[in-house]
Amino acid sequence: MTKGRYGVHGGQYIPETLMNAVIELEEAYEYYKNDPEFNRELQELFHEYANRPSLLYYAEKMTKDLGGAKIYLKREDLNHTGSHKINNVLGQVLLAKKMGKKRVLAETGAGQHGVATATAAALMDMECTVYMGREDTERQALNVFRMELLGAKVVAVESGTKTLKDAVNEALRQWTAHVNDTYYVLGSVMGPHPYPQMVRDFQSVIGKEVKAQMLEKEGRLPDVVMACVGGGSNAMGLFYDFIPDNEVQLIGVEAAGRGVNTAQTAATIARGSIGIFHGMKSYFLQDEYGQIAPVYSISAGLDYPGIGPEHAELYDTGRAQYVSATDDEAVAAFSYLSRTEGIIPAIESAHAIAYAQKLAPALPKDKIIVVNVSGRGDKDVAPIARYMGVDLHE
Amino acid sequence: MSKIAAAFQKQRKCFIPFITAGDPNLQLTKQLIVAMANAGADIVELGIPFSDPVAEGEVIQEANIRALSAGTTTDKIFDMLAEVRQETNVPLVFLTYINPIFTYGTEKFLAACQRTGVDGIIVPDVPYEEKAPLAELCGKYGVDLIPLVAPTSDERIKMIAREAQGYVYIVSSLGVTGVRQDITTDIAAIATKIREVTNVPAAVGFGIATPQQAVEMAQITDGAIVGSAVVRIVGEHGINCLKPVTDYVYQMAAAVHGTV
Repeated sequence: MTKGRYGVHGGQYIPETLMNAVIELEEAYEYYKNDPEFNRELQELFHEYANRPSLLYYAEKMTKDLGGAKIYLKREDLNHTGSHKINNVLGQVLLAKKMGKKRVLAETGAGQHGVATATAAALMDMECTVYMGREDTERQALNVFRMELLGAKVVAVESGTKTLKDAVNEALRQWTAHVNDTYYVLGSVMGPHPYPQMVRDFQSVIGKEVKAQMLEKEGRLPDVVMACVGGGSNAMGLFYDFIPDNEVQLIGVEAAGRGVNTAQTAATIARGSIGIFHGMKSYFLQDEYGQIAPVYSISAGLDYPGIGPEHAELYDTGRAQYVSATDDEAVAAFSYLSRTEGIIPAIESAHAIAYAQKLAPALPKDKIIVVNVSGRGDKDVAPIARYMGVDLHE
Repeated sequence: MSKIAAAFQKQRKCFIPFITAGDPNLQLTKQLIVAMANAGADIVELGIPFSDPVAEGEVIQEANIRALSAGTTTDKIFDMLAEVRQETNVPLVFLTYINPIFTYGTEKFLAACQRTGVDGIIVPDVPYEEKAPLAELCGKYGVDLIPLVAPTSDERIKMIAREAQGYVYIVSSLGVTGVRQDITTDIAAIATKIREVTNVPAAVGFGIATPQQAVEMAQITDGAIVGSAVVRIVGEHGINCLKPVTDYVYQMAAAVHGTV
């Protein structure tokens, strides 16, 4: 009878105070996802506002440089607001509006989901509050100001590790307090049902477009599709339409931080164990008593101790593989893509690029890899400069 | 009859204080449980600290941090309770999140509850829809699974109350735990719905701090639960909290027991 299961994962592990809200959300989503008018409005927002479809770009220089498989980049960085986050947010805020909500709240890590939510809230006349860990407000100060420019209120969360996990905690607490008039725009394929399913559906536009674009350019499906994974929304959006195509390998790249064998990592599949947290059963980085671990990654967007339940199931069944890239590898890939293709990727996306640099040379030239560039790297320029020891004055 | 049911029969109205185990240390937690029972607490709720308590306000969040920083673990809490049981028979209820239970091993956890005399558990992030596996093992080990109903529960109240064990925990207000000036929810209406479907008692928690608030809540239900106000005293007085907590519990219990 429990809803939203992916194998043993998923579910609805939330306080009773929120249960009627998620039931109302599920009913609204089930109705509107089949409503032609809702879908027409969402498609119009995608095409006229968010710049969809995003390009599928053949990275010729990178391909030649690495000397193996042909590499295509899915350019989610070219979306309005600069990342894939806008896909989910336009869907959810439009849904919130249909449900008659006037206020939205959201958590954010790197700030990309917060910026997207603030953007959609401005467009659709909603009051918007974004919860962001204090540490993330400091390492992503530019995004804080962007959200404020867009009319949102940004609340720095002081509890715990002061990062994404704590922002989710505080967003859940605030939702509990304001559940009667406020919609919670969750930013990834996580949390209680129906969020993992709904966010995946809104993000699945990525994989659908890749499939059509690949058939047009190459006349066949790719051999590998890959994306970075924190909570896992850009990866799930890319993977979803390819799940039935068993010949297409699905690879998620986690943030290893200072290394998967150190305590400073966010590689949940590599180092986690099964648990129940943030509304879902899935894999989490935790100790033997179920205390959630203080995770670490250079990337604020991947700095999360869990992973969405559908990824956990894709891992359990072996349908997808999960690998990791360290801070150093991601920073090197950040520079590499900038210099090789003239594309500055988000540090999150740079984790996927880093693994593509390893994988492509190992594959023959007739193989095709699609890497999702989930966001653009403007927000990361100052922190990466600091990481590289460059004294930058903004 | 369970010890929890007996507690509600002994007093017309029950006073139920909450503390976080291991705040500021487990030795003091043991002393606090015994002292609160002697001061009139009818049942004691004991929090197992969790790194990310999403239903808690700042006061109890900080208690969780203090307890974990002091090295508190689930095993050490069970060891402490074995000692407590040599000194008091007060009914004990755990309040914790599902992850510490699930990760410890749900069956191993409930077997340890039975062995150390824990009479019930409250798990705020396990709603009715997800309770089946937990409820089954609670039944096997004779531990009451105490459900929560919230101001937003509406038509869910009867469904939840029908399967309640121990008591029904009525969440007084929206939001997280913490002291509130006013409780605006129509608690009497919720209590009426509960009584239509069950004889299991109902107690109100979230936001209660003063004897007057406790009496008001106890008048319309079977008892008052006080967490943040107790934990705040522990936080303020640290290792010297035994007397001020005991004094507060005595005063609150006396007020609730005087309620008709």
